[in-house]
Amino acid sequence: MVLKLDHIDKDYITPKLIVPVLHDVTLHVEEGEYVAIMGPSGSGKSTLMNIIGCLDRPTKGTYELNGENVLNKNDRDMAAIRLNNLGFVFQNFQLLSRQSALDNVALPLVYAGVRKRERIKRAKAALTRVGLQDRMSFTPAQLSGGQKQRVAIARAMVNNPRLLLADEPTGALDSRSSTALMQLFEELNQEGVTIVMITHAPEIASYAKRVCNIFDGVLTERTDSDRTRIEAAGGKGL
Amino acid sequence: MIENIRLAFQGIWSHKMRSFLTMLGIIIGIASIIAIVSTIQGTNNALKEQLVGSGNNTVNVSLTQGGEDYQIYDSSSIPSGIPVISEDTRQRILALDNVEKVTSYNIRFVSEGVYYRDQSLSEFNIYGIDMDYFDTVSYSLKTGREFLQEDFDEYRRVIIVDQTASDNLFQGANPLGRTVEINNQPFTVVGVVYKSSTYEPNIENVDDYLTNASGSNGIFFMPKKTWPIVFQYDEPENVVVKATSTEEMTKAGQKTATILNETITNKNSSVTYSAEDLLGIVKKQQDLANASNMQLIWIAGISLLVGGIGVMNIMLVSVTERTNEIGLKKAIGARKSAILWQFLTEAAVLTSLGGILGVGSGIAMSQVIHRFTGILVGINWPAAIIAVLFSMGIGIVFGLLPSMQASNLDPIEALRRE
Repeated sequence: MVLKLDHIDKDYITPKLIVPVLHDVTLHVEEGEYVAIMGPSGSGKSTLMNIIGCLDRPTKGTYELNGENVLNKNDRDMAAIRLNNLGFVFQNFQLLSRQSALDNVALPLVYAGVRKRERIKRAKAALTRVGLQDRMSFTPAQLSGGQKQRVAIARAMVNNPRLLLADEPTGALDSRSSTALMQLFEELNQEGVTIVMITHAPEIASYAKRVCNIFDGVLTERTDSDRTRIEAAGGKGL
Repeated sequence: MIENIRLAFQGIWSHKMRSFLTMLGIIIGIASIIAIVSTIQGTNNALKEQLVGSGNNTVNVSLTQGGEDYQIYDSSSIPSGIPVISEDTRQRILALDNVEKVTSYNIRFVSEGVYYRDQSLSEFNIYGIDMDYFDTVSYSLKTGREFLQEDFDEYRRVIIVDQTASDNLFQGANPLGRTVEINNQPFTVVGVVYKSSTYEPNIENVDDYLTNASGSNGIFFMPKKTWPIVFQYDEPENVVVKATSTEEMTKAGQKTATILNETITNKNSSVTYSAEDLLGIVKKQQDLANASNMQLIWIAGISLLVGGIGVMNIMLVSVTERTNEIGLKKAIGARKSAILWQFLTEAAVLTSLGGILGVGSGIAMSQVIHRFTGILVGINWPAAIIAVLFSMGIGIVFGLLPSMQASNLDPIEALRRE
């Protein structure tokens, strides 16, 4: 088991009122799974993602990652978990605009204390893996949206994490780039990377092997009948 | 760390104008300090050089009373119990580690009494010297000759004048062979001497110092043995010792004074030997210059403070601008400390760069000062290094608040901002 969230509650506490965001969320993800979490904006999917990504802590509940309780860890250890076990892909890529693709990809390795020569070697390998071997010295401004997201994926994968977390990875991409990206995700998944992806688009969610819905902070597994219905509606492949 | 420095340079380079303006406060502050320090250094060097530049490291050990040079002007002013310096005493002084040469001489400051034809000279010094004197205090012959052994043995009435005396008394005429009258005794001028070093400034050595201080119109030298003909027998003498090095001058002078004071038989004498502490005089002058310049350094320090606040301000802006970057870095696993170091390094690199540019402009500024005012300047490298390190320190101190702000950013919040 890679990921085991049990009975997660998350409230945002402001001085005036308590806003419940997640309610009794239980999500178990096995090694090698490809899960999509679907929901409209404001449903709490980003908050869930932040908790899974060890960026935020729930108000209640337990969370085990690779069999380890992560909630009793301090900020420093949480950072180490993010560094070594997780790869992040964001909707707006979050690349450093002044740095080359290569430097962007090598960034996590800097924090992992990898030596420069090794950093470059591994970053080059990661960029080659996503098909950008000709674009290594380009800055983000010189790359298309799809290429930028590939750089971001290369960065997420450069430290060989077991879990890839993607928050609306196709949100800023056109349909062709989106399809290509989803193919890359499938390939990575086939190579054994566990993927948890957030999206509000059914056609993107349909690439995942398993889909969960989140609505008003409540998570529900989608049944096979739902899937069939979406596929029948021509969701897959847009 | 190297990665942080690289990032810092990248950041500075990508905002050239802003970085430069931020650095300007530091540059101006450091430049002013370096310029001031350079002038101090120049003055100090000049003072020291004047001392060393006289080349002879001689120290006057003379009779003093109440801290002032004791002057013999007539028979009644001769202090009692102070013997003529014996050969034995001379040898004891010479045996000192830091003494190279020693010579003793009689001296009087005379207000009236030298005549040449219808010319008279007042307010001058007259010395009764031995054979070693000129060699020890570095006088060189201009024309004529130095004293010979025969001059001493035969009590010859011969006299050597210095350039000032020659100019004042003979008005450009050749003084050699002329007869001058000193205390009603005729003397023949046999030579003119000048100081070997032709250094211009105020203090060149002990004698110049004394000469300038007493406002003398010149110096007349006669063989010591001839002295009693004009003045008196057994007049106490002064001593000049040549130290082995400039650093040894103070010690050599003090030790000589001690030996000489032991020979004084009148234990209650208010007139005693003491050594002119030239190093002390230079030190005092240097201290004086330093003290007044210290105030300038404080003022320049204020500009550094202002510069530091400017750096803090810009770093705060930079943190706000780069919220996204910070959020991302934290999300992919950068520790708080990594972010803190990145920004601290950036601030330190920025101010160090400012410091280096400041040192450069300071040196340039001091050269300009030298060019236009003639004030001597000298580069004080330790001060330059300290200045750069100090500006680095400013970066660290004033960068701390923005860096802490950056490292404490919540990654979720930071990533959400566009």
